[in-house]
Amino acid sequence: MNSIKMRVNGKEVSGTVEGRTLLVDFLRKDLRLTGTHVGCDTTQCGACVVHVNGNPVKACSMLAAEADGAEVGTIEGQANADGSLSVIQAAFQEHHGLQCGFCTPGMIMAAASLLKENPKPSEHEIREYLDGNICRCTGYHNIVKAILAASGQEVAPPAMAAE
Amino acid sequence: MHNFEYVRPKTIDEAVSALSSDEAQPLSGGQTLMPTMKARLAAPEKLVSLTAIDEMKGVRMDGDQLWIGGGTTHATVARETADSYPALSSLAGRIGDPSVRSMGTIGGSIANNDPSACYPAGALGSGATIVTNTREIAADDFFQGMFMTALEEGEIVTAVKFPIPQKAIYQKFIQPASRFPLTAVFVAHFGDNVRVAVTGASGGGVFRWTEAEEALASNFTGDAVAGLSVSAEDMISDLHGSGEYRAHLTKVMTKRAVDALA
Ligand SMILES: Cc1cc2nc3c(=O)[nH]c(=O)nc-3n(C[C@H](O)[C@H](O)[C@H](O)COP(=O)(O)OP(=O)(O)OC[C@H]3O[C@@H](n4cnc5c(N)ncnc54)[C@H](O)[C@@H]3O)c2cc1C
Ligand code: FES
Ligand code: FES
Repeated sequence: MNSIKMRVNGKEVSGTVEGRTLLVDFLRKDLRLTGTHVGCDTTQCGACVVHVNGNPVKACSMLAAEADGAEVGTIEGQANADGSLSVIQAAFQEHHGLQCGFCTPGMIMAAASLLKENPKPSEHEIREYLDGNICRCTGYHNIVKAILAASGQEVAPPAMAAE
Repeated sequence: MHNFEYVRPKTIDEAVSALSSDEAQPLSGGQTLMPTMKARLAAPEKLVSLTAIDEMKGVRMDGDQLWIGGGTTHATVARETADSYPALSSLAGRIGDPSVRSMGTIGGSIANNDPSACYPAGALGSGATIVTNTREIAADDFFQGMFMTALEEGEIVTAVKFPIPQKAIYQKFIQPASRFPLTAVFVAHFGDNVRVAVTGASGGGVFRWTEAEEALASNFTGDAVAGLSVSAEDMISDLHGSGEYRAHLTKVMTKRAVDALA
């Protein structure tokens, strides 16, 4: 067993884990932060993306022990201090960037990383950056729009439904 | 995943001694090893994490060569070689997706020698030198076939040194589901010689297309490649593409690379 310590969403946490305990299991089972999802468990879908020392990481593919001493951010830490939605979260709501919502935590965490690196990405850059995030519902268009809007850029208004 | 003992040494020496026991294996970014262990295709008794070893990280010039620590992530290489070696930066910046690039390392990729991996092509195409805890190995001698390298049991890749060509480019034809190359080609022009390394194509792993290298040394144009042919005999044939298709892609991607550089 390994004793580990890290900061998660700004809070000091610690635990004792087996070598094989994944970061995502430590977050979900030990810390009960179940906002981080497991879609594929094979490093493919991005539902489990969290931030480790400021970088996007698939939490299903990192050992909890590897995050010892790290600064970890999850979807639970994204809302503003007063509990209101972050700019990115609000844009996903506004632009209907989710349907079932399973992929959404990973999408939001990836989007937050993108906007930190590149505050005004083009539509193409957004699509490239989301390469590792799979959504089986939305068809991606509204996710891309939400991220464009969150970056303060113009977004074409939604097409009117046929009368 | 079967359980294992986990250690995280801070120096190369400590890592090498931790690896001396039977059934111990190094862990770098885990972007290949974690899925492999979950599928129980590997079940080491002990994992020796290399991720806390500072002497294996970073990018710097060492004389006229570019030194990259074996534990340097793809994202860091993409960012820090943008000026010194743009072709390598572009290769690193297109591996997988951003989360894979945050974790995956050059040492892990080179040591793994996946027949479709990007770095083996960059290293072989550049004529790089692989530095281990005991010796330096020319890329020409290092890659020895699909998932096979010159590494001995317990030996680790501590750095990779790249000579910088006059011009170079990495042309990757992506397999969109895995984001690995279906076939990709690294072409480097050193003035007096040209190197062409191909990944994703051959069942023997990364290889140099010497016929193209010879033709291009005297005539660095896409036309020099157009007349050549690639045998499909040893090429990988799977649900993503036949051997003939990969042989064809080898030529097309090489021609594109040369056209873009010429
Ligand atoms: C979705 C996805 C897409 C990907 N796309 C691409 C792509 O487009 N191109 C590409 O090239 N790769 C791709 N990869 C693979 C990725 O680049 C891996 O990071 C890389 O192959 C392995 O590096 P790692 O640091 O993660 O090594 P690990 O997974 O930690 O280790 C891999 C192997 O190397 C050994 N090892 C690790 N470090 C060392 C060392 N320093 N010395 C000796 N042995 C060592 C380990 O014991 C293990 O056997 C992709 C992976 C995923 C999950
Ligand atoms: S659950 Fe981690 S990538 Fe799919
Ligand atoms: S909203 Fe359902 S998977 Fe993306």
